[in-house]
Amino acid sequence: MIDWQLIADNRELLVEGMLYSLKLTGTAMLGGIVIGCLLALARLSSFKPLSLFAAFYVNLFRSVPLVLVIFWFYFLIPYFGFQIGPDKSVFITFTLFEAAYYSEIIRAGIQSISRGQVSAAYALGLTYPQTMRYILLPQAFRNMLPVLLTQTVVLFQDTSLVTIIGIKDFMGSNVVVASNNSAMTEMYTFAALAYFCVCFPVSLMLKRLHKRIAVIR
Amino acid sequence: MTLNLNWGILLEESATGDGPYWTLLATGLQWTLATALTGWVIALLVGSIVGVLRTLPYRPLALLGDIYVEVFRNIPLLVQLFFWFFVWPEVVPQEIGRWMKQDMPYPEFITAALGLGWFTAARVAEQVKSGILSLPRGQKNAALALGFSLPQTYRLVILPQAFRVVIPPLTSEFMNIFKNSAAALAIGLTELTFQMKQMVEYSNEVIVSIAAVTTIYMTLAFAVNRGMAWLEKKARVPGMIGGGR
Repeated sequence: MIDWQLIADNRELLVEGMLYSLKLTGTAMLGGIVIGCLLALARLSSFKPLSLFAAFYVNLFRSVPLVLVIFWFYFLIPYFGFQIGPDKSVFITFTLFEAAYYSEIIRAGIQSISRGQVSAAYALGLTYPQTMRYILLPQAFRNMLPVLLTQTVVLFQDTSLVTIIGIKDFMGSNVVVASNNSAMTEMYTFAALAYFCVCFPVSLMLKRLHKRIAVIR
Repeated sequence: MTLNLNWGILLEESATGDGPYWTLLATGLQWTLATALTGWVIALLVGSIVGVLRTLPYRPLALLGDIYVEVFRNIPLLVQLFFWFFVWPEVVPQEIGRWMKQDMPYPEFITAALGLGWFTAARVAEQVKSGILSLPRGQKNAALALGFSLPQTYRLVILPQAFRVVIPPLTSEFMNIFKNSAAALAIGLTELTFQMKQMVEYSNEVIVSIAAVTTIYMTLAFAVNRGMAWLEKKARVPGMIGGGR
């Protein structure tokens, strides 16, 4: 069912596609966690406008499909006169979209730390940034690490959606090879197998990590 | 720059020849709802069976359930849809394959609903399994001690409780199936996001099209959220996790 010769002949295209998918995943993960962290802090802040804004942002992105968000930016960025091309603009799309999901995970992580920790830090004279930086976030991040990484596996799978706007990510390059050689059966089976071979071992490792961290806590 | 928003475009005749633009979006919404709801029924059925399999004391069956979940969770939805739409008709016996390609009614809809259902079933199975495992072990042991067979124990004692426990975690999966149905535009289903793309391309009213469709999705999410909150309240099991308040 899989035509290995065809895959070998097109390996450059396929490898490039995989690298693009990984680059997109990495960028959206790092950017998403940074922005998500700021959003989570904003949402938990006692300054009303800030927490309202963060709540609105998170709810907006979480109630619409990623495919729709991809099209928002696909149409809006050129509409406002920026000619950066879809293969670069999806980096913005994914970062902003994933930030909403990461922020919910981070918020739950921060809320899982007992209030006494914050009170104790304040009592010792630490400022708000110091409390966050030295007391809260280090503990919170350790607790939520497995969940953050699980979300990243989901994110990696979701990057395949950029195929819809014609980008040659890993799935996109499979589509190109499939239609150039009229080999849809072979290439789509290969794509499914390849995604599984990347995601399954990572999920297994994360399950183990989850158990280990749960025991320490 | 100034924004020229022409909200009246929704009432104007569309260039696709299918009536005014709002009817395009209405058709899209119908397909989104039909696909998501059909998919959800399949997901609940398949997911419950797989979830139960994974808790059974027979290793081979439990393993079968685990394999199902791992396979469907570790392949992207888009790839799964492509597989069912383009590969599956070539793999099955020729006559069935020919029927699927030529005579099957609404091929995009059926493929999308099934694909989405099987994809979501893996997630439902995960919740059903943890729901069953969250029940006190005494429930099962007591039922067996009273002379119930294993099927009776599941049907009369475990499942009625487990289904009520898993309703809250299933809420987010139910929300997800509406959002995930948008991926089906890749196999040509004319659902809501597809119609937005059509409207943008034919009318050039980027902002109005995006705003209209986004509002529909947000309303949908809100409605699902309220509906499930009501159901959660109804289904709470006193004294159990996720309920008893």
